[in-house]
Amino acid sequence: MSKTGNSTFVIRDGHVWNGQGTEQVDVRVEEGCVTQVGRSLAAHPGEEDLDASGCLVLPGLVDIHVHLRVPGGEDAEDIATGSAAAAAGGFCDLVAMGNTAPPYDTAAVVRSVRAEAGAVGLVRVHPAGCVTRGRNGKDLAELHELHRAGCRVFTDDGDPVSDAAIMRRALEYVKGFDGVVADHCEDRSLTAGAQMHEGRVSGRLGLQGWPAAAEEIVVARDILLAEHCGARVHLQHISTAGSVEMVRQAKARGVYVTAEVTPHHLTLTDEVVETFDPVYKVNPPIRSAEHVQAVREGLADGTIDAVATDHAPHTAERKEEWTTAACGMLGLETALPLVWSLVADGTLTLDRMVHAMCASPSRIASLPVRDSVVPGVPADMCVFDTDTAWTVDVHKLRSKASNSPYGGMQLHGRVRHTLLAGRPTVLDGETVPPGDASMGNRPW
Amino acid sequence: MNERSLLSIDDLGPGDIGEVVELARAFEEVLQRPIPKVPALRGRTVANVFFEDSTRTRLSFEIAAKRLSADTVNFTASGSSLSKGESLFDTIRTLHAMGVDLFVVRHVAPGAARRVAGWVDVPVVNAGDGAHEHPTQGLLDLVTVHRRRGGVEGLRCVMVGDIAHSRVARSTIGAFAMMGMQVSVCAPETLLPMGIDEWPVEVADDLDSAFAKADVVYMLRMQKERIFDDPVLPSLREYVARYGLTAERARRLPDDVVIMHPGPMNRGVEIAPEATEHPGAAIEEQVRNGVTVRMAVLYLALGGNS
Repeated sequence: MSKTGNSTFVIRDGHVWNGQGTEQVDVRVEEGCVTQVGRSLAAHPGEEDLDASGCLVLPGLVDIHVHLRVPGGEDAEDIATGSAAAAAGGFCDLVAMGNTAPPYDTAAVVRSVRAEAGAVGLVRVHPAGCVTRGRNGKDLAELHELHRAGCRVFTDDGDPVSDAAIMRRALEYVKGFDGVVADHCEDRSLTAGAQMHEGRVSGRLGLQGWPAAAEEIVVARDILLAEHCGARVHLQHISTAGSVEMVRQAKARGVYVTAEVTPHHLTLTDEVVETFDPVYKVNPPIRSAEHVQAVREGLADGTIDAVATDHAPHTAERKEEWTTAACGMLGLETALPLVWSLVADGTLTLDRMVHAMCASPSRIASLPVRDSVVPGVPADMCVFDTDTAWTVDVHKLRSKASNSPYGGMQLHGRVRHTLLAGRPTVLDGETVPPGDASMGNRPW
Repeated sequence: MNERSLLSIDDLGPGDIGEVVELARAFEEVLQRPIPKVPALRGRTVANVFFEDSTRTRLSFEIAAKRLSADTVNFTASGSSLSKGESLFDTIRTLHAMGVDLFVVRHVAPGAARRVAGWVDVPVVNAGDGAHEHPTQGLLDLVTVHRRRGGVEGLRCVMVGDIAHSRVARSTIGAFAMMGMQVSVCAPETLLPMGIDEWPVEVADDLDSAFAKADVVYMLRMQKERIFDDPVLPSLREYVARYGLTAERARRLPDDVVIMHPGPMNRGVEIAPEATEHPGAAIEEQVRNGVTVRMAVLYLALGGNS
């Protein structure tokens, strides 16, 4: 397919997001940028067409919570497979979590991850620096050095910053260079041995519960600390009604707090644990229906800013039996269809979906904001076919691992093309490896 | 998964439970014979796969299998390849490859037996999966009440103790309620599971007034070590005073009450030694009925036809 070799082409007949709504227009991409948007653009010599009929043409998606498992966990995922999964899911930017071995607590590790991701070239990878050295929860990592290496988000994700004094100092310190601390909110004294959401299902199954309050206690603390320090805090994967309500109130009184929710917390309820299939084991756990309803409402009204996948690949060996299984599930390749299902059923507006998956996460992570497909913007785009239904085959996902809870499920909507700075990384659903002849293959 | 597996008491309906009880009662006669053995499962191999220490349950299953002339093999986690890092999956698949006809599985993790059942095509009997279920215990408890009282419908049972962490509670309450018994539970709030209001039980606040109306008194084992991991109780002393079947409480129970305990007992904690001498004490009968109930379960799971 010669399409991959061109640097100028027209995306034809898509419903193009202009920042307020969609118009059925063509989009001309030249030299990595959108140069023209309009009806029935005249063909230029040597230019090719990309079919986008029946598709939404959106800014490239941004996922601020991804585990690429590099370095140290390459049996579950590596940068090439994780990048391919991201591109297949319509993503252009990822914020990679640093609970790796070694962790992202030094500039050297951060630079090596960035370099490897750059060489793969399917998605821009932004490592999140650790808050504490070795993620020990006690000693601040060299946060400014990490900032100089490119980190804008700082987190000990996988673990909370349990010590309130450390959290306070981290919030203050990164404020000086517009970083943000992203916290995994979990009071570990309440979750020791926890296996699933604490509620009627955990009681019936005899699995130790992870109470909603364990998240909410830390959400409350982080909001109060951010307010006290005049700093910005980001709350990762919030999952409970109480967390949503506290964020809502904090925003109303002007606290600079942002929050993300995962597709799985939006779409699954804790009855799935009755199967005892460890594919459903995740932290924070899949919650009960009233919490799912609350996070949906929070996302719809803007209390929750962003959707983030918490893409967490694990090998089959680590997903054998519930109580000893690792927490986490794949997310990159199913995120957009799942969120789209909430648009399709009227839970979310298209505007909220685009904000939650493009503009808001890029703002949170201090990345260039992509909120519309209009002339002049870099050509980061996700062309999403809303008409296609497909059944998730976990063995056909790009991820090295197969721990998707959506295996066998039919989803509506699939990414047809992804463009990264004007270069297709996915065309007609197929990954396009970067090559010398590829379009817009430039450093970023 | 093999549909003859028994993983949860909810896998059975009242009709199935009635069949097990009837068959278990019929096997009592076999155990009275000079040679207490029938050839019903001759040539079949039952694997007792125990990833958690349990002498009495494993022996009960083994005796039950032998009374039916099945071959038995025992796998226990200690001294096995598990200590060399072999996975649960690989262990089960290895035994399966050797030609096992039925797995009896005990594991510390809720859901382990269900997981195993998904990996093999032969029946799996759950012999206890963490705090989740122990269905043959529920069945043997039902047989015990049935034998003592000639029927179970309408009888009132008070179950006392650590409901939250008890697989026995989940299976026995399920079996009792399904067959028309009225079950109430009595325990400190820290030992009641979340969502108890959706269980087929009432929560009794006061032990003594619950005992006054009880046909069956079921004492659960109090794991002494539990209070060191998680402060569910201020002290065992306080627990015994509020929830123990003390000698004095036992004296107030009528002779036709049925006193039950799944074993092993903590004498002097949940049950006083004097209470085990009460005419209503049925604790050894529970153990005896365990053999016939497991004979019935193995027989039905393997489609025995003799």
